[in-house]
Amino acid sequence: MYKILSKRTLGPEIREYVIEASEVARVAKAGQFIVLRLHEKGERIPLTIVATDPAVGAVTLVVQEVGKSTREMGDSFQAGDSILDFVGPLGVPSEIERYGTVVCIGGGLGIAPVYPITRDLKAIGNTVIGIIGARSKDLLFYVDRMGDVCDELHVMTDDGSAGRKGFVSDPLREILSSGRKIARVWAIGPAIMMKVCSEVTRGFGVPTIVSLNSVMIDGTGMCGGCRVELGEETKFACVDGPEFDGHKVNFDLLMARQGFYAEQERCALERYLATQHQVEER
Amino acid sequence: MSREKQTPMRQQDPEVRIRNFDEVPLGYTEEEAVGEAVRCLQCKNAPCIEGCPVAIDIPRFIDHIANRRFAKAIAAIKEANSLPAVCGRVCPQETQCQGVCTLGKRFEPVGIGRLERFCADWEAEHEACCPSVQDDTGHRVGVIGAGPAGLTAAGELRKMGHAVTVFELLHVAGGVLMYGIPEFRLPKDIVQREIDALCQMGVKIEVNKVVGRITTVDELLGGDFDAVFVGTGAGLPHFLRVPGESLNAVYSANEFLTRTNLMRAFRFPEYDTPIRVGRRVVTVGGGNVAMDSARTALRLGAEESIIVYRRSEEELPARAEEVEHAKEEGIQFHLLTNPVRFLGEDGYLKAVECIRMELGDPDESGRRRPIPIDGSEFTMEIDTAVIAIGNGPHPLVPRTTKGLKLDRRGNISADLETGQTSKEGVFAGGDIVTGAATVIEAMGAGKRAAATIDRYVRRK
Repeated sequence: MYKILSKRTLGPEIREYVIEASEVARVAKAGQFIVLRLHEKGERIPLTIVATDPAVGAVTLVVQEVGKSTREMGDSFQAGDSILDFVGPLGVPSEIERYGTVVCIGGGLGIAPVYPITRDLKAIGNTVIGIIGARSKDLLFYVDRMGDVCDELHVMTDDGSAGRKGFVSDPLREILSSGRKIARVWAIGPAIMMKVCSEVTRGFGVPTIVSLNSVMIDGTGMCGGCRVELGEETKFACVDGPEFDGHKVNFDLLMARQGFYAEQERCALERYLATQHQVEER
Repeated sequence: MSREKQTPMRQQDPEVRIRNFDEVPLGYTEEEAVGEAVRCLQCKNAPCIEGCPVAIDIPRFIDHIANRRFAKAIAAIKEANSLPAVCGRVCPQETQCQGVCTLGKRFEPVGIGRLERFCADWEAEHEACCPSVQDDTGHRVGVIGAGPAGLTAAGELRKMGHAVTVFELLHVAGGVLMYGIPEFRLPKDIVQREIDALCQMGVKIEVNKVVGRITTVDELLGGDFDAVFVGTGAGLPHFLRVPGESLNAVYSANEFLTRTNLMRAFRFPEYDTPIRVGRRVVTVGGGNVAMDSARTALRLGAEESIIVYRRSEEELPARAEEVEHAKEEGIQFHLLTNPVRFLGEDGYLKAVECIRMELGDPDESGRRRPIPIDGSEFTMEIDTAVIAIGNGPHPLVPRTTKGLKLDRRGNISADLETGQTSKEGVFAGGDIVTGAATVIEAMGAGKRAAATIDRYVRRK
C-alpha cells in the first residue's frame, strides 16, 4: 500500500498528489512515469512523475479527472489514505544535457510532466525558454514553479483569460522565426498540440522531443498496446519511450488509438456518477 | 474401468461453457482417480519419469492413488514439483510423460496429468502438505520474475535453506499463469494457492518491483544477494509486421489475455479495465496462446471466433486437448492461411486480407515450410484481430545488466543444464533463455538452476 501524504487542488478537476514511495523517489529521473492501481478492481493508470523528494521518500503526481478512475481518485482518495499498487519508475529518462538554449512547452496537463524536465535542463546550465498554456486561466497551474526554472516564460490561454490569447505554438513560431538559435524543443501535452509544435519546428530543423501517453496496461513492454509508429518503425511507448522524436511520430495513429475505448470510458464514468449521485441522495 | 481407454474427465458442456469463464474440465472423483491409477503397469524402467522435465516419481504417486493413500501421493509429487495443480492442468503430457507411457504403446496412455491434478485438488480440500525447509544457510538469493521458472527456483532454493526474495514487476505473482493462461483453463485462485504455499515456506515475494528500472541485477549482486536467478520470460509480443497492424482492434495476444485474465475485463464495468471484441474475431497463430485467445473471444461475446494458422492441423503447436476443446466450442480453423495486411477505416480495423499457403520442404524447425500460393488472396471482414504468433525475450533485464551475454534473438545465453550465464553469480532459465516454451520446461530449468545456485553460494 502506498500512502497519500498530501493532496491539493490545482484547478477544476486537476489535483496534485504526493505519494509515499521511497524506492521510486530514490531512483526516478525526469521524463519517467509510474503506473498505479487504486484498489482490487482498479485499472492500471500510467502517470508521469512530476517531482520526487528522496529525503521524504515522496513522489509527486498531477492527475486530471477525465474518466471514472481518476474521478474516483479525486473523490475518494484523501491525504492519509493509501492506494493499492504503485510501480516505477518506468520508461527511459529524458536526455538532460547542455544543449545551449532550449524551449520547453507544456500544454494543459502537459505542464506537469514538462516541469521536471525544464527544471533539470536549467539546473545543468541551459538557457531555458518556457511556454505553458491552457484553455483558460483556471486550468493553468505551476505558473510560478515554471517561472522559477525558466529564463523566460510565455503564458498562453485559448481565451486570453491569462497571459496572451493564443496557442503554445504561437510563441514557439515567433521565437524560431526571430532567428534565435534553439538547440532543442520539448513539447508535452495533448497529441494535437504535440503534432502542431512538431510541425512548426520541422520547418526550422530543430530537434523536438514529445512524450507520448498512449494506452497501456503493464508499462514494461508486455502488452504492446502502447505501440506507436515512427516512420517505418513500431516502438513501444513504455520501454522505448515515452519520449520520441516528434518529427517521426505518426500522431494521427496515436490519436486514433487513444480514442479506442472512448465508449467504454464514457459508460464507466456515467455508471460511476450515477452511483455517486445515489450515495449523495441517501 | 477399461484397460484400453483413459477414464474420461467430466467437463462443462460446450454450449454452456462458452458463456462463462469457469474451468472446463471438472476433475476426477476419488473413485475415478483410483480407477485410472490401477491402469498403470508400474513398469520398472518407468519411461514416464524420464519424460517429465522435473522428473516426478510418477509410478510411486500413482501407486499411492491406487491404494487410496492420497496424502502420500501429493507428497510424492511435491518432492519434485512445487506447482502440481498448475502442471496437472497445463502441461503438454501427450508429448512428455504420457507420450512415452508403456501402456500407450497398445492402448491409451495412463492419464498422468489428470491424476496429478486430482492429487493437487485433493490436497486443497484436505490437509496441506508443506514441504520441509532445511535450516537457514545464511545465503541470500534474488529471483527476478515470479513466473513458472522463478517460482520453481525460489521454492527449491528455499527448501535448501536459503533466504529467497522474488521480484515481480506486475501487481501479482504468477507471471504467465496469472496474466496469460485464462481462468477457464487455469483458475487464478488455484495459482494463488500454489503461490501462498511458497510464501508459507518462507519465500518472500515483492510485487511492483521492476528490475531493470528501480534496481538492476548488478545492484542486487553488489548489495544483499549472493546470487541472482533471472526468470523474466518471453514477455515481448511479436507482431506480424504487415500493414495495418497498428489499427485499433488489432491486439497482441498478451494484451488481449492480460486485460481479460489479470485485469478481469470480462467483468467490466465492475472491474475498471475495458476490452472490445465485436462480433467476428480472428486470432492469428496455432499455439496454446492462440487457442486461449480464440476461446476467450467467444466467452467475451464474439459470435464467430476464427483461428488463422499458416501451417496445417498436424503442425498446430497447441496441446491436443486445447485444440479439441476449441473445436467443441465451435472455433473455426482457417488452416494453411496467413494474413497479408489489415484493412481499416479512420484508424479502426475493418477486415483482414489473407493468402492461402501450401507446405513445402522442412525448414530449420523440422516442420514443412509454408509457402504462399500466388493469387489466392481473399478478404474477411472482422471486428477484432488477436496476434498470437509468439513472444520475444522481456527486454528490461538483458538491456540493463552489464556483461550478460545474449544470443542473436536477445535471449540470455545460459547453460541449459546448470543455468549458468556469462556473468558470475547470475543464473537464468525458462523462456528468457529458450524463447517461448512451456510452463513445465521453465519449471525444469528453474529447478536445475536452483541446484547449481545451491552449490555456488555454499562454495562462495
